[in-house]
Amino acid sequence: MKILREALYPLIAVAAAFVIGGVIIFLIGDDPFTTFRLLVENSFISRKGVFETLHYATPLIFTGLAVAIAFRCGLLNIGAEGQLYVAAFAAAWVGIKFGGTIVNVNGVAQDWSWISLPAIFLIPFCIAAAVIVGGFWGFIPGYLKARFGSHEVINTIMLNFIAIGLVSYFTQYYYKIPGDPILQTAPIGDAATIPQLHTFLPFVPPDVPLNVAFLLAILMCFAMYVFLWKTKWGYELRAVGENPSAAEYGGISPKKQIMVAMTISGALAGMVAIGEVLGFRHNYYHGFSAEWGFWGIAVALLGRNHPFGVLLAAIFFGMLLRGGIFVDAFTEYVSKDLVEVLQAIIILFVASLQKYSK
Amino acid sequence: MDEVFVTLTILIFSAIRLATPMIFAALGGMFSERSGVINIALEGLMLGGAFTAAVVTYELSNPYVGFLTALVAGALLASIFAVSVIKFEADQVVAGFGINILMLGVPALLSGAIYGAAGSTEQIAKEYLLPEFARLNVASMLAFALVPVCWYVLFKTPFGLRIRAVGENPEAADAAGVKVLRMRYLGVILSGVLAAAGGAYLAIGQSSFFTKGMSAGKGFIALAALILAKWRPFHVLGACLFFGFTEALAIQLQGAPWAKLPGGESIPVQFIEIIPYVLTIIVLAGFIGLSRAPKALGIPYRKEK
Repeated sequence: MKILREALYPLIAVAAAFVIGGVIIFLIGDDPFTTFRLLVENSFISRKGVFETLHYATPLIFTGLAVAIAFRCGLLNIGAEGQLYVAAFAAAWVGIKFGGTIVNVNGVAQDWSWISLPAIFLIPFCIAAAVIVGGFWGFIPGYLKARFGSHEVINTIMLNFIAIGLVSYFTQYYYKIPGDPILQTAPIGDAATIPQLHTFLPFVPPDVPLNVAFLLAILMCFAMYVFLWKTKWGYELRAVGENPSAAEYGGISPKKQIMVAMTISGALAGMVAIGEVLGFRHNYYHGFSAEWGFWGIAVALLGRNHPFGVLLAAIFFGMLLRGGIFVDAFTEYVSKDLVEVLQAIIILFVASLQKYSK
Repeated sequence: MDEVFVTLTILIFSAIRLATPMIFAALGGMFSERSGVINIALEGLMLGGAFTAAVVTYELSNPYVGFLTALVAGALLASIFAVSVIKFEADQVVAGFGINILMLGVPALLSGAIYGAAGSTEQIAKEYLLPEFARLNVASMLAFALVPVCWYVLFKTPFGLRIRAVGENPEAADAAGVKVLRMRYLGVILSGVLAAAGGAYLAIGQSSFFTKGMSAGKGFIALAALILAKWRPFHVLGACLFFGFTEALAIQLQGAPWAKLPGGESIPVQFIEIIPYVLTIIVLAGFIGLSRAPKALGIPYRKEK
């Protein structure tokens, strides 16, 4: 019964989004039912569709968890986007510098790396770089809030712009192959790449880039569940989120918990880099994120800040993001921007229903 | 010497142009936040205004009707936000964020349906854009004129006093007979009107069409300017002009042959672009004077029964 009650308001929000979205589609001049069928059916009718949906969901699981853990401590992390940007660059940087990257500059081979590590060291090193740098980018607003009381929302918004500016600077001036018209780094070394699932799971279609980062994402859902509800640290973090002054009275330092929560949040957002840089693109590509950091907010809200709720919400939004492509192609007037409209309505409804669901 | 003078003039006019949408939006945000409602929806409100202005101006070939319609659209959009955060007591940041996403999606969806182009409206002929006089757009003049007006309204009228009262101490204001929720609705709706004016300028003044997400973070910079200005009108003007100037500088330096570091490398524009954001963080942390927000900012008000 408790699960049903938890799920009630998210389901109302989703229903509202489809009703209002349907009215908009009707007014635009397309058939709502056909459009919605295009939006969801491709994720069910083919094996490729199922795994493509999971591929779209993977970054959303990480950013959803990131936003959710901050929410649990009473903080709103709008900075997941910046955190995953710096993390992705860090992972690519380690993959280049320690991965034996040879770059062809105007026909001359240049060694851009310092050393060429084997995969067994290099992959953990790249992952650590993403997690630590993402975590640090989350720690900054946490520290500023704890030390100076400045609002994490404004600081994370500012840090998003700063992250994207800095990373674009380093890419453009130092790690772009000269002559490349696209703002992206040189490729990471082969030893830094992680396998895509189709290479060892025969039932995954070979043209789906779903990689082991998805398995890590699932693992992180369980890890976060254990952390939040089965450990003392998780209890302290939630206590601050529920009632900071009561927590302080009980001997928990809200300042410390704020910094811890924001650091973990940034680290989780940084894990997006594992799937995208090590598992998919194999370099840092400026603009690789389809605003996943911001999607994380919708994912966390719809998932009621619970790791398993986040997992379901991420898969749901992954389905919509993938379905949007078919809506774009096969309806006369409706474009994939419909998905953003649905997301926005869900956010507004979940936020507005919050006071009834307590 | 002449060259320096010319460059400086270009920079200043460019700074004014770039600051104009931010002045509107930041002044709008001031009314909302002074009444106690955090407004990160400025970005979305601007986009709503920009889209409406572009469509109406294109269809009717009249920028003034386009501009005024945008203000109405801004008010309507802000009303949705206001109902959500005031009546339903939604988290103000989350709901504001929702409005921003909504205004990424809806205009793109509609422009795709109306004009068949993905997320853009048709180009408006130059003679139907907001006109310029003496190299200043009428919207820029309006923005500058609004600064003293907003100051007067906020500090010298009963309306302004009530707005400030419900943002500082809603209980006391309520006890004194001020309708707290009504004032907050007005503050938020006013912010929608002003932010939409900024957006309208973007679409039918600075450029000649609407494109998806064209405000490109200007709503957030306006919010930063508001914080930097400590929620005061004339300081808002100063902060917006400063941010406009850094942006103008970054644009001018991009590929300018004279813009070289002593070592001969070109100046990385990214560092100039991030100055406003870094500065905002520093000010917010209290290193340059304390930036104190209205006391009841972000707290929903529920009347004691």
